[in-house]
Parts: sequence; C-alpha cells; structure tokens
Amino acid sequence: MTKNMGGRQLTGAQMVVKALKDQGVDAVFGYPGGAVLPIYDEIFQQNEIRHFLVRHEQAAVHAAEGYARSTGKVGVALVTSGPGATNAVTGLTDALMDSIPILVISGQVPTFMIGSDAFQEADTVGITRPCTKHNWLVKDTAALSGVLHEAFHVARSGRPGPVLVDIPKDVQFASAEYLPPTKVSTSHYRPKLQGDPAEIERLVALMEGAERPVFYTGGGVINSGPEASRLLRGLVEATGFPITSTLMGLGAYPASGDKWLGMLGMHGTYEANMAMHGCDLLINVGARFDDRITGRIDAFSPNSRKVHIDIDASSINKVIKADVPILGDVAHVLEDALALWKARGSRTNAGKLGTWRKRVQEWRAVRCLDFKQEGAVIKPQYAVSRLEALTKDRDRYICTEVGQHQMWAAQYMGFEAPNRWMTSGGLGTMGYGQPASMGVQVAHPESLVINVAGEASWLMNMQEMGTMVQYRLPVKQFILNNERLGMVRQWQELLHGERYSQSWSEALPDFVKLAEAFGAKGIRCQDPADLDDAIVEMLDHDGPVIFDCLVEKHENCFPMIPSGKAHNEMLMTNARMQGAINATGAVLV
Amino acid sequence: MPPLKLKKGSTSHSAYNLRPTFSDVQERHTLAVLVDNEVGVLARVIGLFSGRGYNIESLTVAEVDHEGHTSRITVVTTGTPQVIEQIKAQLGRIVPVHDVHDLTVEGQVVERELALFKVQGTGDKRIEALRLAEIFRANVVDSTLDSFVFEITGDVGKIDAFADLMRPIGLVEMGRTGVAALSRGARA
Ligand SMILES: Cc1ncc(C[n+]2csc(CCOP(=O)(O)OP(=O)(O)O)c2C)c(N)n1
Ligand SMILES: [Mg+2]
Repeated sequence: MTKNMGGRQLTGAQMVVKALKDQGVDAVFGYPGGAVLPIYDEIFQQNEIRHFLVRHEQAAVHAAEGYARSTGKVGVALVTSGPGATNAVTGLTDALMDSIPILVISGQVPTFMIGSDAFQEADTVGITRPCTKHNWLVKDTAALSGVLHEAFHVARSGRPGPVLVDIPKDVQFASAEYLPPTKVSTSHYRPKLQGDPAEIERLVALMEGAERPVFYTGGGVINSGPEASRLLRGLVEATGFPITSTLMGLGAYPASGDKWLGMLGMHGTYEANMAMHGCDLLINVGARFDDRITGRIDAFSPNSRKVHIDIDASSINKVIKADVPILGDVAHVLEDALALWKARGSRTNAGKLGTWRKRVQEWRAVRCLDFKQEGAVIKPQYAVSRLEALTKDRDRYICTEVGQHQMWAAQYMGFEAPNRWMTSGGLGTMGYGQPASMGVQVAHPESLVINVAGEASWLMNMQEMGTMVQYRLPVKQFILNNERLGMVRQWQELLHGERYSQSWSEALPDFVKLAEAFGAKGIRCQDPADLDDAIVEMLDHDGPVIFDCLVEKHENCFPMIPSGKAHNEMLMTNARMQGAINATGAVLV
Repeated sequence: MPPLKLKKGSTSHSAYNLRPTFSDVQERHTLAVLVDNEVGVLARVIGLFSGRGYNIESLTVAEVDHEGHTSRITVVTTGTPQVIEQIKAQLGRIVPVHDVHDLTVEGQVVERELALFKVQGTGDKRIEALRLAEIFRANVVDSTLDSFVFEITGDVGKIDAFADLMRPIGLVEMGRTGVAALSRGARA
C-alpha cells in the first residue's frame, strides 16, 4: 500500500482500517457481527493491524483499557451493533471513571433502517452518551475519516476518556475521499495545558513556608505522561516533602523512595492518612478528592491550605474547596512550579520540616501493614508479599480485579514506575482485571503480566482464557481464592451483624482442571511452605497460567477508614469490627 | 498492635454531605451556552442536568449562526454558588460546547420570554381581559366570539403576573417559550 492516500477514494470500511493505521494503532480487540462485516473484511486483507478475537465485548473494551493504561496510547475495540454495543457499556463507563483513552468502533444498522427497530438495532449513541467523553453517529462516508481522527484527538486530549464512533453498514460500503490526520482540522476542543502563573506563584510561596506539607497525587500524573512522573520525583526530592497517592496514581513516585507514605484513603496506610489529617499544606496533583480518599468531608484534612492541580475544571471545587486552584496539565504545571521554586532560591521551612518528618517517622513505626503468617493456611497478605518479593525485580505489569485482593495488591506490592499498575478504581468493575491483563500483554509481549484476582471477580470474565490460549498470551492469573466475595463479607461483618447474605462463592470450579480444559496450565497451592516454589513454577511457565492460591477465608483488609469516619479514625489490624460504622455511615457504600 | 480508640458518635455528617464549607444559599442564574449545532447536542446538555441532579427552570435553543452551525442554548437554573460553578464547569467539558457565559455574574442582563394565552369568556370578562392585555401590552393574535389568544413578551415576572390575572377571568391554556437572554452593553 502507498503511504499517502490523501485524496483517494476509499470505502468507509477501508477508511476505518486506514485511519487506525494512520493513528499508529497496531492492535484491535473485537468481536464480529453482521453490522461490522465490511470492516472485518478489510481487516482480513491486511497484516499491519493485529486483531484479537475476544470472547465477550466487555472484555474487548477492558483489554483496550489495559493496552491504553500500560502504553499511554489510545486503545481500540471493535464491536457489532445491538448486543455488541450494549456489551461494551460497562467498559466504556469504567474508562470514563478512570479517564482512560479508548476508542470503541461499533457497527450500526444501515442509515435507511435506523429507527425501524431493525434486527440488532440499538440507539448506541443514546445509550453511550453518558458513558463516553464524546460519541458520534456517522451517517455520511465523506465525514468518516474526519470523525475518526477527531475521535482520537478527543480521547487523548485534556482529561482523557473513552469515545465511540457508530458506523451504519451502508456507510461502511459507500465510498468517499479519505483525509489523512494531517489534512483534518480537529475541532475547537483544546484544553488549556499551562497553569496560571499567579496561582503557581502562590503554590511556590506556600511550599516555602509550609511546616507540615504533603503531596497527594493521583491518576492525573500517570495520564499526563512519563514526563509528569519525572518532574514529580524531581519536586519531591528537591523539597523533601512526603508524598502519598491514590489507587490510580501508584507508580508515579517510586514505592522505594524514602518520601513515600504508601497509598492513602479507605484502605490506605496509617502514615498516609495521618499525614493528610495533620498537614498544613496539601498539594493535590491530578487527583479528585474521591469519597474513598476523603472519608468524612467535614473532618477531612481540617487544618491545611489546599492546592489543587487538575486539567479538568469540573474537578476543582467539586468536593473540597481549593485555596489555590491551578487549572492545567500536571507536567506543565509541575515544570513551571519547580522552575519558579528554584529561581526563588529553593527555600523550604527546614526546621519545621524536620519536626514533621519525625512525626511521619513515628506514624511509620506503627507498621500498619504488618501481619503474621502462622499456621498451615496461607494468609492473603503473605501470598501477595511473596508474589511481590519474587517478581519485583522483573519487567512487570500488575492488573487486579475488584475486592480485598485488589487492596492487598495495592498495599503489599511496590510500583517503581508509572503505567505498570492497572486496576478499576472509579467504577470498581469486577471482571476488569483478566481482560485488562490480556491487553497489557498484547502491548508488552516480552514482559511479565500478572492479574492479582479474587475468585469471584475472575469468574466474571473467565471466558477470556480462551483468547489468551489462542494468541499465546502468557498472562499469569494469580487468584487469591477465599471462596468468598471477600469485600462484601467484610462489610457484612462490619455493619450487618455477621449475616453473610449471598457472599459465598459456592460451587466453584476446579481451577486447575479449568485451566487444563482451556489448554493452559493450572497450579494449586494451599500450604505456605510450598508457596514460593509454586510461584516460581508459575513464573517459569511460558504460557498462560491459572494459579489457584487457597487463602484464609475470613481475613479482613486493614487498615480501614469506615464509611462516614475521618482519617484519624482508622480501624487497624485485629480491631473489633462490629459496630464500627453507625447508622449514618451505613447508608454509604 | 492495639486497636485505635474510636470517638463515639462523631459522625454527624455522611461522607456524601459534600459541602459543609460551601454556602447553601440558592441562587438563580441565566447561562448562555454556545454549541455546535450537531445531532444530540441538546440531549448532552439535558442529560448532564438530569444525570447530575441539577435544576432546569427554563431552556431555550435555536441556531443563531446558520453558516457556522452554532446554536445558543439559554438555561435558567438554580443552585448554591458551588453547584452553579459545577454546572458551568461540567457544561464546559462537553466537546461541542464552545463557550459558557454566566449572564447573571457577567453584568446586567436583558431577559425576554414570549408566551401565548388562551382566555375564554363573554361579557364583562371579555372586556376585562382586553383591558388587562392593553396594560400588559399583550397583542390579540386570535379571536372568536367567546375567546382570545394573547401574545405577550417580557421577563418571566411579567408573564407570571399576567397569568395570575388571567386565571380568574378564564385562562384555558398557555404556552411559553422559555427565556432568551443577552448581556446589556456593546460587548458579546
Ligand atoms: C460487577 C460488580 N458487581 C458487584 C460488585 C460488588 N463487589 C465488590 S467486591 C465484591 C466481591 C469480590 O469478590 P472476589 O473477587 O472473590 O474478591 P475478594 O474480595 O474475595 O478478594 C463484590 C461483589 C462489583 N464491584 N462489581
Ligand atoms: Mg474472593
């Protein structure tokens, strides 16, 4: 094929493939059906873009998310009309909540049949309007290439997010002129990157005088790109301020760094939450004061000035009033702040900072994540710790499902670099991890990709084992099997009088046989003494593995800020849980 | 490690009681939203209000630039100052939205609404309706032997007042356009 086809007549289906290539896409996750057959026909006739046939469209979207989060590029999924599109809704919502740039292309019934309740017709743009950053129904082939390029532009600009382009079948067949990305003028949509210099100066002045500062960072740092993480590290090292992060932001600052407090929030560390509560300067870098983070709003970080750096104006002052709001891209703002702070003499309130650091040290000394592995049953914390110890020096990517195991992975694994940690934060989507890990492995074929899973979440998209076997994706499914919907069980213990309504995982499959049925390898481990060897066996296997790690069934995840409580009201290990949440807290999730 | 002591009964607010530090005064604002006139753009704006629980008191929309295909949506909404700010920021996030103007804070504003009133009655009632219409500068746009249709423009208060007067006389039906608004002065 010639490189530049500007001005050439292409069918709509050819345009889709051409536009994807021109946008640098090398992998698409999808599932065919009547309304996308012309596009599949074009995919068949080329080799540059690899197509991965998933087993369910939800998985295609999560795989695209995993691809996007681990590369920073736009992930792409392709689905048919009707049920194909509706199956994509959970993935779109997940990507919207976590600001992940993905493009879903859906087929639609031909334009002349829209509105007639045709076979496999659904109002896809109507259904996905609230769960996309933007979406388009393209009724004219001449507009298609422009819309596709614009879709990439919108997905990755500003606060990233999912977009959807719905293409009726007749539009895929008809021909028109194809415009390459360089010939398409993208819309007025250009979010502001540079922060207001006056606000940045206020931030720097606050940094110079702060007695008890803390950085509170989030997914915005990751989304801003590797440069943002580099600048953040520079700023933290230069100022010596302690730093914590949300679940979404892990890896932006290395877990091995000595300023690192660990994750904050509902299951965050004692030192991170106490520092948030006690600080006098809170610098929010690309986080959004989510309710998992703030706990009780009126008791949240009561004595601090709050600086909020965010590219999305609607995040600022939504939940917590910012004293210094800085609208802009994290990397741009950090660069300016660091330069100004240095130009003004790199000053900090050194004496008071020393006292603050001592205070932080005392909180660290509580060692809130300590646990004892005793007896014959594997503690889930132990399993994750051993997985961490045996993999931390490798070129490694970690995904999770949703539940206790997810929190344990966040607590006991250390992330040294951005884009290495993929978890469903905002939506909390069980079934996310397995397909996401598939997408990560596609993007990084030589790397070690592990999905730390709960048995219940894992079953939600278990069909994807077939995809992994088909494409020889050697992802390791590390299942912490407590035979419980563990997080649900923990909450029932906490606030529903230990009435464990429907939180058992009954009639579980034999995961080893299941692996074998799919043509993968299965490993079961239930003795702490065997754990290391079993993990090594998993790592050594060149192919997908299901690792069934039988763990303590009634372990609870601590520390925990119960709903409706403040950061300094954490429940710690061994705490009696019953009655910890009162009636007001009980209505919260 | 010993468990932390929890303060009893300290939860007077839920975690979703989001704005204790914000004012709870309700304000009424008129917003002008300039959008690309593309399919579904109104649904996006309305979906934002319903999805996030904001109020719409009135909403009007029409294309104002036929060449540039841009429409002007005028929304009258109420909320606390913080909610109004959120509404503006959320509107600004919608991709086909070019600009959001809060006419209420940007200076003085001219607001007009058009309404049609059908009033039924004979004899004295009919005369009284005509007399009031004259005071309010309402025009008669349809008439039968026992009914009128009046057309009236003005701010929302004037139209409400006219409705209150017509109701005892024999108001049968009313149609209102919602508010169109511009800032006073030379600047856009
Ligand atoms: C799709 C979906 N349905 C329901 C929930 C509610 N939920 C959160 S955690 C959880 C239990 C998860 O169990 P498992 O995957 O075994 O993880 P564990 O907590 O036991 O580690 C449930 C049901 C959810 N987050 N997502
Ligand atoms: Mg479980």
